Amino acid sequence: MTTTPTLPVPAPVQSGRAAKLAVRAEAAKTRLSSPWASLIAVVIAVLWTVPTVGLLVNSTRGEPGPTTSGWWHLWGIGSGFTLSNYVDAWNGNGGTPLSDYILNSVVITLPAVVMPITLALLAAYAFAWIDFRGRNLLFVAVFVMQIVPIQVALIPLNTVYVRFGLSSSFWSIWLSHTIFGLPLAIFLLHNFMKEIPPSLVEAARVDGAGHVRIFTRVLLPLLVPAIAAFGIFQFLWVWNDLLVALTFSGDTTRPITAGIQQLTTQFSSSGNILPSAAILAMIVPLIVFLSLQRFFVRGLLAGSVKG
Amino acid sequence: MTQTDVAKPPVSMPPRRSRSWISAVVWIVIAALVGGVIYLSLSPGGSPLLYNSSNSHSWFVDMIFQPETVAQKLVVMVLAIAAFLAVMAFILWVVDRTSVPKGVLIAGFIGPVVLALASGLLWSAIKTIIQSFQKFDQFGTEIGWAGWSNYGHVFTSANTHMLINTVVWIFVVPIFATIFGLVYAVLVDRTRFEAAAKALIFLPMAISMVAASVIWKYVYFQPAPEGSAEIGLLNSIVRAIGITPVNWTAEYPIGTFALIVVMIWIQTGLAMTLLSASIKAIPDEIIEAARIDGASGWRLFRSITVPSIRPTIVVVITTIAIASLKTFDIVNVMGNNLTDNNILANAFYNWMSVQQPGWAGSAAVLIFVVVIPVIVFNVRQMRKSEAVR
Repeated sequence: MTTTPTLPVPAPVQSGRAAKLAVRAEAAKTRLSSPWASLIAVVIAVLWTVPTVGLLVNSTRGEPGPTTSGWWHLWGIGSGFTLSNYVDAWNGNGGTPLSDYILNSVVITLPAVVMPITLALLAAYAFAWIDFRGRNLLFVAVFVMQIVPIQVALIPLNTVYVRFGLSSSFWSIWLSHTIFGLPLAIFLLHNFMKEIPPSLVEAARVDGAGHVRIFTRVLLPLLVPAIAAFGIFQFLWVWNDLLVALTFSGDTTRPITAGIQQLTTQFSSSGNILPSAAILAMIVPLIVFLSLQRFFVRGLLAGSVKG
Repeated sequence: MTQTDVAKPPVSMPPRRSRSWISAVVWIVIAALVGGVIYLSLSPGGSPLLYNSSNSHSWFVDMIFQPETVAQKLVVMVLAIAAFLAVMAFILWVVDRTSVPKGVLIAGFIGPVVLALASGLLWSAIKTIIQSFQKFDQFGTEIGWAGWSNYGHVFTSANTHMLINTVVWIFVVPIFATIFGLVYAVLVDRTRFEAAAKALIFLPMAISMVAASVIWKYVYFQPAPEGSAEIGLLNSIVRAIGITPVNWTAEYPIGTFALIVVMIWIQTGLAMTLLSASIKAIPDEIIEAARIDGASGWRLFRSITVPSIRPTIVVVITTIAIASLKTFDIVNVMGNNLTDNNILANAFYNWMSVQQPGWAGSAAVLIFVVVIPVIVFNVRQMRKSEAVR
């Protein structure tokens, strides 16, 4: 890293933007010129990355590498580079194939994202743009439900599912994720809807549009970023969820998180495929996350932090 | 229209016909559905209403409720989404007619949500509170009232460390995640590698806690038997510097801290993102003025940056505290049912899976009770900072 001594440049009288940029560049320079600051940043970055690198290396080490020696031996001591762990994990290596779990995760996640978004869009529209008695009271109730931990709902919900004959089916998991996602979805989408200028809606009304037309023609196109923000949020939440999965899924509906959890309990028999299975489980959320990152950050900043 | 009317956001619509009895009927139907779910949840037993797997059904019904093959699962998924969207479109189509009274219009927009939240979340929470005061036999059948004894069990059960552990989690995770996130956000702010550097820290947020636990398994792996190589990174380092290797996740209290480190590793990304956005929002004039006054480095950070982003720091700490309170995945996957390093959310799951709704219910209610003051604190801080603005 170049450590040019920074001259105290007296900010010349410039047009606003150029001056700002100059100050920014100056600030960045002073910060980087401190070797300690750079060192701390690099140390944190390395500490945060090393465990993941270890798993990645282990996932490509041939038998008996992952179960008998540390990943920092890389592809030495009798465990050459191989991708067969991935193939074995995908095909199950004698147990349930990972492809089954991933399929279940896909089947669980897509409806569990579409349903709460659709329901919440309608409700958020009503809360934002239709005047009715009890509106504020109802909205506060929804707002409060955001903080209800899902633990308080699991056992009674299961009783109801058993009563309907839906236990350990996809339906119970879809319904649960929809219910748990709704309060946050309504709150978030309502906030975005409130930001749309009322004049726009008023103009559509003057043109003779009813509520449904305003909702579908005027508001929906403007809400695409908000929908993306919540959509990616709910996607990651459902895909990565373990608690709802363990509570409601059965043998034919178990998602990838529950599958990996089972693998960890059988380290002696499946230690070789555990690293590659975990990597396979991360791929989908990482792709979704990296491709839609800006929407995700936007959702976070809008206050969508769900536990 | 010349002026946007911000004070009155709800759009004024031409008055709809007030045939209020139709609205009343629609809302009574919604209430009846909620009541039906409540009734069903109170009367367990009896044959399942929608699908009884012990009876024989046509292949189509079996596929809808118990899909087996890949194709069946995908078909059911597509059918579920399509049917759901069709129902919602139908509801919108019905309420769109101007002859439909306003009460029905509102029911069309918020009725499904009211139904789902009232029967699924509100009633479930009430029932859990009730169950936390009930006694259950070993099969999970209710056998009368228990008073406060379920709560007593949570506080005095064999997991003596559980409550202490939970408190340690709630305080240690947010503090360290916030410190690391803040320091890192400041250090990489406006550098050339900012985006990449942030992505490294942020990626743990995108993966599941189960996957994170597998990643850390190879850091904390138990000591290798005499004569064989270490699998875990930490024990390898420890041995290299001449200390006896430790079974990190099984000992107490070091196991609790080992698990907490994983949670900090995950949550730092969240702290960093929120704090970084907040740092970038500090007006340039303030920083410029401070620089002119000679502040830089640590002093600028302490006197300008931190006070300016104080509201965000509060939000970050409270959010991570609540997430830590509810952490179940890490303890479940890595803690391997060791009672010493248990926390409340994992105890809830364990009690639920051994058919003890009383104990599990009281654990869930306790989680809820701890969340409330944190949220109240958060909301009050938000109000305060809004008042200042």
